[in-house]
Amino acid sequence: MTAPVIEDLLRELTPQVLGALVRRHGQFEGCEDAVQEAVLAAAVQWPAEGVPDNPRGWLLTVASRRLIDQLRSDHARRERESATAAVEVVPEDVPGTDDTLVLLFLCCHPTLTAASQVALTLRAVGGLTTAEIARAFLVPEATMAARISRAKQRIKAAGSSFGLPDGAELQERLRVVLHVLYLIFNEGYTASSGSELHRADLAHEAIRLTRMVHVQLPEDGEVTGLLALMLLTHARREARTTPAGDLVPLDEQDRRKWDRGLIDEGVELVKASLAGPALGPYQLQAAIAATHADAATAEETDWPQVHALYLILERIAPNPMVTLNRAIALAEIDGPRAGLALLSTLDGDERLAGHHRLLSVRAHLLEKTGDTAGAYEHYRRAAKATASIAEQRYLESRASRVRA
Amino acid sequence: MGLAKQEENEMKFLISMHINPAVLDALTDEEQAAIGEGHGRFIEALKQSGELITTQALVDPSQAAVVSVRNGQPVVTDGPFLESKEYVGGFYLIDCENKERAIELAAQIPDAAIEGLGIEVRQVMFADGQLEA
Repeated sequence: MTAPVIEDLLRELTPQVLGALVRRHGQFEGCEDAVQEAVLAAAVQWPAEGVPDNPRGWLLTVASRRLIDQLRSDHARRERESATAAVEVVPEDVPGTDDTLVLLFLCCHPTLTAASQVALTLRAVGGLTTAEIARAFLVPEATMAARISRAKQRIKAAGSSFGLPDGAELQERLRVVLHVLYLIFNEGYTASSGSELHRADLAHEAIRLTRMVHVQLPEDGEVTGLLALMLLTHARREARTTPAGDLVPLDEQDRRKWDRGLIDEGVELVKASLAGPALGPYQLQAAIAATHADAATAEETDWPQVHALYLILERIAPNPMVTLNRAIALAEIDGPRAGLALLSTLDGDERLAGHHRLLSVRAHLLEKTGDTAGAYEHYRRAAKATASIAEQRYLESRASRVRA
Repeated sequence: MGLAKQEENEMKFLISMHINPAVLDALTDEEQAAIGEGHGRFIEALKQSGELITTQALVDPSQAAVVSVRNGQPVVTDGPFLESKEYVGGFYLIDCENKERAIELAAQIPDAAIEGLGIEVRQVMFADGQLEA
């Protein structure tokens, strides 16, 4: 087996082994450390010595030993030389059970900050090492290690039990889980700084984890919607930047570079989810992405449908960013002045004051009305307001284009 | 996609401390010691939360050298570059949830409570190099 295949295998097995261990011993905190050590040991040994016949059993055995060593040394510290009561029992391997969801709910515990939820999810459920997560988020390994250990202490302090919440709490907590997966995907998708390779890995990882949730909860429309949204967005990744790393806006992308396989899968998922009883924000965003995917050229985009979907999204999840996107769709249907009129309703919104997206959309619509001076000024202001170098380059190039 | 990406992902910020040597000199020994202890506690808390990337303090501005190249020749003069009352005395590079959190952290720095010293928070836009160093 090659190293990447072993890596995939380890990532798949991590939540299973961790789940089995926590079921046997409780104490998520210690188990998570033990599994991380077992995974690191496997990553060193397996490529050199070959993958064991029962890799899951191997990991479970090694992690159990690490945990028991840990328990013994803790115990010894407390009681000096007295005999320990820890019984060396490796939990039974029950490959049928899947604790992925339970672990996800634990890692996305509401007492944690989003940054901690993301880090812990990637390690405990995604099977990434602390070093890999630190690299992906461009922070020192020590910083990431501190964040993860702090998160686990908080979960411990909150006294969470290892099991799925029920009823209304399940829905509430599931929303947090989906948001964390969405953040991981976005981090990979934006690729605004640092090594783009590692960031793309995060998008893959988010899709893989969301697929796992989808397998467990196939009837949940928002889970399906989020998976579809990720696939449809990821399908455009080759077309959305030039080889030099410059951003290409949707209407200028070479649509032949879109990944048809991902689009087909995403569209099927959207259709399935829209047939369900409830409609959520991820489903609507996925439906919008599917509408764009459906158009062979930018001119063929079904803007009335995009606009209608944003209108529903605005009603169920009011957010100035949604209104901003609706203004773009409205401008395509009724002309740039109609779009600008809708934008002006956002002027008093503090959440968007001086935001580069508001400035750049206004610049774009002003350009379409022929107001080149206004467009130039807004493109320049938008370029100053963004924290993304790729976006800044793009906005500055638009500014010089309207001036020319 | 990207409805809220930059608002919600973790962000890096540089919190720079603009010191005024005259203001610092006018403080009592106790007040100066309190600043040092305050920074110590602040660093410890940032390490605990995993939000600290690095922090560095700089020597007195009188030790600065100003470098320019004229006609291809480097010219070095005694600093500081700007004639000012305030100088950058050091910084914290942090990784936190959003700008509000960065501002909340900045307010915990003892300098922020002293008239004549300034704390500035700016988001990092580009980074490269070894963070572990």
